[in-house]
Amino acid sequence: MAEPAIELVGIDKRFGPVHANKDINLVVEDGTIHGIVGENGAGKSTLMSILYGFYHADKGEIKVAGKPVTIHTPNDAIAAGIGMVHQHFMLVENFTVLENVILGVEGGRLLKGGEDRARAQLKKLAEDYDLDVDPDALIEDLPVGLQQRVEILKALTRGAETLILDEPTGVLTPAEADHLFRILGQLKAQGKTIILITHKLREIMAITDRVSVMRRGEMVATLQTARTDPEEIAELMVGRRVLLEVDKGPAKPGAERLRVEGLTVVDEWGVARVDNVSFSVRDGEIVGIAGVSGNGQSELMEALSGIRKAKSGRIVLNGETIDPVHEADPAKMRQRGMGHVPEDRHHLGLVLPFEESENIILGYHRRDAYGKGFNLDPDLVRADARRMNEKFDVRPANEKLKTANFSGGNQQKIVLAREMDGEPAMLLVGQPTRGVDIGAIEFIHKQLIALRDRGKAVLLVSVELDEIRSLADRVLVMFAGRIVGEVPPETDEGDIGLLMAGVTQKEAAE
Amino acid sequence: MAIPYAKLPSWAELGVMPAVNVIAGFVVAGIVVAFIGENPAKAMLILIDGALGSLNNIFYTLFYATSFVFTGLAVAVAFHAGLFNIGGEGQAYVGGLGVALVCLALDHYLPWWIVAPLAIVASALFGAAWAFIPGWLQAKRGSHIVITTIMFNFIASSMMVYLLVYWLKPLSAMGPSSRLFEAGGQIPQFSGMLKAMGVAAGSAPANLTLFLALAAAWGVWKLVWRTKFGYEMRTFGFSPTAATYAGISSVRITVLAMLISGGLAGMMAVNNMMGNVHKLDIDFVFGAGFVGIAVALMGRSHPVGVVLSALLFGVLYQGGAELSFSMPSISRDMILVIQALVILFAGALENLFRPLMYFIVPAPTPVKEAA
Amino acid sequence: MDLAIVYSILDSSVRLTAPILLACLGGLYSERSGVFDIGIEGKMLFSAFAAGAVAWHSGSAWLGLGAAVLVGIAFSLLHGYASITQRGNQIISGVAINFLAAGLTALLGKAWYGQGGKTPQLANEARFTSLTLPGADAVKDVPFLGPLYSGIVSGHSILVYVAFFAVPFTWWVLFRTRFGLRLRAVGENPAAVDTAGISVVWLRYAGVTICGVFAGLAGAYLAIAQSANFAPNMSAGTGFIALAALIFAKWNPVGALGATFLFGFLQALAIPLQGAQIPGLGWQVPVQAITASPYILTVILLAGFIGKAIPPKAGGVAYVKER
Repeated sequence: MAEPAIELVGIDKRFGPVHANKDINLVVEDGTIHGIVGENGAGKSTLMSILYGFYHADKGEIKVAGKPVTIHTPNDAIAAGIGMVHQHFMLVENFTVLENVILGVEGGRLLKGGEDRARAQLKKLAEDYDLDVDPDALIEDLPVGLQQRVEILKALTRGAETLILDEPTGVLTPAEADHLFRILGQLKAQGKTIILITHKLREIMAITDRVSVMRRGEMVATLQTARTDPEEIAELMVGRRVLLEVDKGPAKPGAERLRVEGLTVVDEWGVARVDNVSFSVRDGEIVGIAGVSGNGQSELMEALSGIRKAKSGRIVLNGETIDPVHEADPAKMRQRGMGHVPEDRHHLGLVLPFEESENIILGYHRRDAYGKGFNLDPDLVRADARRMNEKFDVRPANEKLKTANFSGGNQQKIVLAREMDGEPAMLLVGQPTRGVDIGAIEFIHKQLIALRDRGKAVLLVSVELDEIRSLADRVLVMFAGRIVGEVPPETDEGDIGLLMAGVTQKEAAE
Repeated sequence: MAIPYAKLPSWAELGVMPAVNVIAGFVVAGIVVAFIGENPAKAMLILIDGALGSLNNIFYTLFYATSFVFTGLAVAVAFHAGLFNIGGEGQAYVGGLGVALVCLALDHYLPWWIVAPLAIVASALFGAAWAFIPGWLQAKRGSHIVITTIMFNFIASSMMVYLLVYWLKPLSAMGPSSRLFEAGGQIPQFSGMLKAMGVAAGSAPANLTLFLALAAAWGVWKLVWRTKFGYEMRTFGFSPTAATYAGISSVRITVLAMLISGGLAGMMAVNNMMGNVHKLDIDFVFGAGFVGIAVALMGRSHPVGVVLSALLFGVLYQGGAELSFSMPSISRDMILVIQALVILFAGALENLFRPLMYFIVPAPTPVKEAA
Repeated sequence: MDLAIVYSILDSSVRLTAPILLACLGGLYSERSGVFDIGIEGKMLFSAFAAGAVAWHSGSAWLGLGAAVLVGIAFSLLHGYASITQRGNQIISGVAINFLAAGLTALLGKAWYGQGGKTPQLANEARFTSLTLPGADAVKDVPFLGPLYSGIVSGHSILVYVAFFAVPFTWWVLFRTRFGLRLRAVGENPAAVDTAGISVVWLRYAGVTICGVFAGLAGAYLAIAQSANFAPNMSAGTGFIALAALIFAKWNPVGALGATFLFGFLQALAIPLQGAQIPGLGWQVPVQAITASPYILTVILLAGFIGKAIPPKAGGVAYVKER
């Protein structure tokens, strides 16, 4: 057998007090697809960034095709035949595809020659691997699937033999993801080696030859994919047996709590992000909105919570009609009993430099309970924070600690505590478990179910189809700003996937 | 390089770091002094003696410090809302117009203790009005507040010269200044009060406005950390997106913060005009608006820090004046140089000496990573 | 209106545009690389001082220019160190440099020359004087085009021509060279540049250094081309106006030419307006209104009557590798 494509020996890396990679050994066989799985913060991305020369390992050795190499910069990695497709694309958005492809490998002081050469290269790659993309298109005009293709092309034009993909399907529809996997299959067939970092076990099972599992900075196992199963991998990831299913009884829907009629939201360029959307949520049920990220879910949540003005439409909450065009006001929506756990807690839900107690009152700070009139009394705020920390198991239970110093899961609990404490009649929840460890995920899911069982209405947006299917009582699928279908959560994943890709139910039936 | 700077204990963060930064500024200034051909150590002694060597000198120092408390608070308040108000100079200038109008109208008829409160209100209103436009333009049109406030300094200067030359200058006067205020437009100076008690204290201009400055500092502390508006301001300053989420209006915060900031800057005019020169002239602000930037940065935008660094700059201004008298080759521009160095070291290079601190401070508090 | 007056206004427009244009192009290189530079004003002042002082001591305008450029680069590197290496606040660093310039030039000027901060008056040999372009005299009497060439195009100091030539040159650099591609990329998405194996730090230092060169040229122009000595605060906000023009120009060199020429033209227009009567009112235009006009204009332009200006996406933010 040939030398392994990549071999990592004893890789160790610390970021200050955080030990991100502990003495990692990894062998990636030539011409295989090798999966690396692990929870958020397990050290997968750090390990791959070391392989790509983005960080230096404190200790350890990298071998490429059996030979030890020194990789200090991405240039060294590129020279060693390693390419990487990052989770957040490393593309300059107002550049053309061609400009992005030649960036760093222009081949001379002037651009002309490099551009012509890259154009020819792209043409050849398009033929070889079915990787077609217009070289003169601006990146910002391309759909994410094509942007990712540009990233792959960047790596291939630089002569990559080994391709690292970091969470490549997070932004793709199931159909796009399948297309990506076909491309990866072709690349493998041509002798390339692929390293796939993911936390989706379905993908691991579907296309990898071997899989390595990381946990808390350590490499815990490397397995033949054919000889393992998702339960085993999940247990290795978490270190104990986990319930992948959420335990919940049937919903007992009551009266209609929220009705949305013909809601349209446009962005700053006048493009409709939410396009004439109507639906309703009843007391005692969780309505899930499934969809690939960027199909209008964020804008929908922002319009419902009053953060963003709508273009037209009507919102009826608690029987009261609200004009979302002129009356968009987050403070008023809270007063009406609408809680909102935002998708992006770092930018919306929390002020990271604040001490924890100050975040416990964000949006509710005008209440008299925190001080009469204009005044704000920190003692009252901290007392309330202590109460909520206990109720929602926020750790460490230190209301004076800077919020940035809490883990992702506990930060999310702070937001949840704040938004759920007042028993909102209606709760908007966006990506409740993004960047949250598995232990906290269980806790958060239980809290949402409990809220539903207390007769409250919940609208849940998540790009994790598994999460939607296990929590929601009804599933709405959003595509290109429209609700393209409503299905029960038991519906086959593939069928929901088709809807998420914009294939309507009628078309699918044909 | 990906390691976030671990937070130092607060005594180091608030006490030692500013001190280290100021020392760095002084060291560089000392090099400049040596470069000009004077002895830095001697210059330093003259400076300190000039600022603190006698009761008279101390009163001068306090007089300058009073002005810097106002302008420093002005910059600090805006900082808390995430706004960089470089327009304190112009706002103080226009605030002076408010003081002048009140004093010129009423000084013949009313005692100072009735005129002064009215003049204080007028100075704050005029200063606030001058800050309103940049604030409103930032909030509504997204114009960069740093550039607009700088432009408003230039515009204020032209406008005030115009008003002085064409409208406020008495026909008999030579330079562009208003007539002198009568007793009703004069706030008592400490030196005069001591003289009345039989203590010789020279004629330095430190006056009762000092207490107004201290009250303003307390007020700013109360506003920022003990009111709902202050909470909203800090939320917006740290994270405009989180503020929107919390239903806090960016327009309201930006405009109100600038109004308060401009009002504080404007009140600086009371100190110099009613407490010292007793008229409106073209250079009564003497760069105090800009000093406020250094004062706020060094004081970490906390009122206590602002008062302390205002004192330091008071020492610099008074001592610097004495220094330029004793060493003519060191003109008062030296103060501007030190001010710039403090802004550089305490502001832009605030992390420069941080690694050094880890030798002094036992172990940095571990920053738990937000995964 | 008399055609001669029009020509004379256009001629002054060209002169007045040059320093704004140089500063604006300098800002363009810096901001395209992702480093905001509010300290251009201060760098111009430092450079003007260096030019005035060195030109007087050496009697050579070229040495003065060299000194101006070196000083411009030196303070750009200071700004670069604060904003790139130390990842400090770029606005605060720029403000510090502005104050440092105002203070230090006046301090040194007074200490060394004792003329209230001015450098001594320069002889013409130590200045950049007007050049008469070939054929300017010959075509002077050709109607219309003659005076256009001899009066407006010809008859400026070499720095004016450098400024205007720098516009197409900058365009070529930005859009036709490897360096330009990388510079534009690093201001938009430094992570993309980093992962492509190019040093973000080096590129940004290159951007601020070029900015220093231009600020040096602009400062030298003020002291040893437009005037015959350095005077305290002689930049009088030109650097700030250049930044406003840069926003107006949407960070494009050709737009920069248009925007700065607009400022230059309006300043030129103000000269004959001084002391003029406003028709019908019998009022004189106060001198102060004229002095304030470029600043008022800047505010009006910034207030966004210019459409949406989108700055380089990574501008003003230090680059930190993400884990």
